[in-house]
Amino acid sequence: MKPAPFKYFRPESLDEALALLAKHGDEAKVLAGGQSLIPAMNFRLAQPAILIDINRLSALSFIEEKRGQMHIGALTRHSMVERHPLVAQKAPLLAETMPNIAHVQIRNRGTFGGSIAHADPAAELPAAMTVRGARICLRSTRGERWVDAPQFFVGLLTTAMEPDELLTEVAFDELPKKTGWCFVEVARRHGDYALLGVAATVRLGMMGKVKDARICFVSAGETPALATNAQDALNGQAPSAELAKAAAQIAAAQDIDPPSDIHASARFRRHLATKLTERALNTAFARARGETR
Amino acid sequence: MHDETKVQITVSVNGETYTRLIEPRLLLSDFLRHELKLTGTNVGCEHGVCGACTVLLDGESVRSCIIFAVQVDGQSIETVEGLAKNDTLHPLQELFHQEHALQCGFCTPGFLMTLVPFLRDNPTADEAAIRQALSGNLCRCTGYANIVAAVKKAVESGVGR
Repeated sequence: MKPAPFKYFRPESLDEALALLAKHGDEAKVLAGGQSLIPAMNFRLAQPAILIDINRLSALSFIEEKRGQMHIGALTRHSMVERHPLVAQKAPLLAETMPNIAHVQIRNRGTFGGSIAHADPAAELPAAMTVRGARICLRSTRGERWVDAPQFFVGLLTTAMEPDELLTEVAFDELPKKTGWCFVEVARRHGDYALLGVAATVRLGMMGKVKDARICFVSAGETPALATNAQDALNGQAPSAELAKAAAQIAAAQDIDPPSDIHASARFRRHLATKLTERALNTAFARARGETR
Repeated sequence: MHDETKVQITVSVNGETYTRLIEPRLLLSDFLRHELKLTGTNVGCEHGVCGACTVLLDGESVRSCIIFAVQVDGQSIETVEGLAKNDTLHPLQELFHQEHALQCGFCTPGFLMTLVPFLRDNPTADEAAIRQALSGNLCRCTGYANIVAAVKKAVESGVGR
């Protein structure tokens, strides 16, 4: 057998899951969709002594809107988010992001919370959720706390979660009016990990000038950090193709530290960052003005 | 040594109910092949890239090499063995045959199990949608042109409807 032996728990309730994490958190991994964890176990890159399978906690599978906020449960499968009308209506950036996540077979199994908790910088959701200023709900027997995305993603595959905590839901504002969005990535084969990706939203204010621009990258560093220099260059300016180009160059030069690996050099990733950011901003400008959808 | 005990699971596979005592680390793909002797589900990369092991879990396509068998306790699985009825091929299998959409056939079960729910949900899919739907399955000999041709024929003949 490929994976190393482990002890298997399948809690039927959240309280039971949290009690198991309180007892075994240090040596246990939470098994949700398992679409990253089980491959790692097949290679024995991961050999957790204990797996806590949360797939029976159906109360953690939901998509809701409450007072202008979208709430997505941790166990919600990617394919459900992808197809949900509320997401298409209230969170178009997320709707545009979802089809880029792996292949349909993986989206049928992988979970929203699992992708966030795994904190892979090559994954789409951490970047899309950072752009949307998401808050992440962590539960344990000690209680509940909400962590903002930038504080949640600490490093490569590393989050602010304590060993006894379970990610239960993610909340973020629905897209405000006069706000454009775009998610775009480049991968060798559709569904593979992106060589580089960009998530962006642009909110226009008085006189049609940029009021709140947000840009975040996929596969451009150890965490999905916001491109603050490019955002500063955009805010207060009138949207134009020239502005998009200038901001994209700032983002690629100053806001990212992309890795070189067998898939792409850092130089090529910076090139992609320039081109994709420019494209994303122009699309977001047009959508913010209501010209396209 | 790890404290490990076998777990009993009951699973419906192609409409038949099976109960087995298994180790939790047994992959669903290996459970189907080694425990149930249903060797139609092929195992390629074993880390979720090639799509050869695709089966249906409660009607939706999933990769059986990155799901533990213990996790599907009480659920329903369909494999390629469930497609043909007696000696009659499933219409999609028949079209794969007609269009020469397979050569060695290793990847074929995964393609078929990806396409059955795809055609159910997208009975009028165009070529772009078909190609996107196939992006998670690798074929290393026939190539994809004949597979796409078979799926287009399936759409024309209303297989998904």
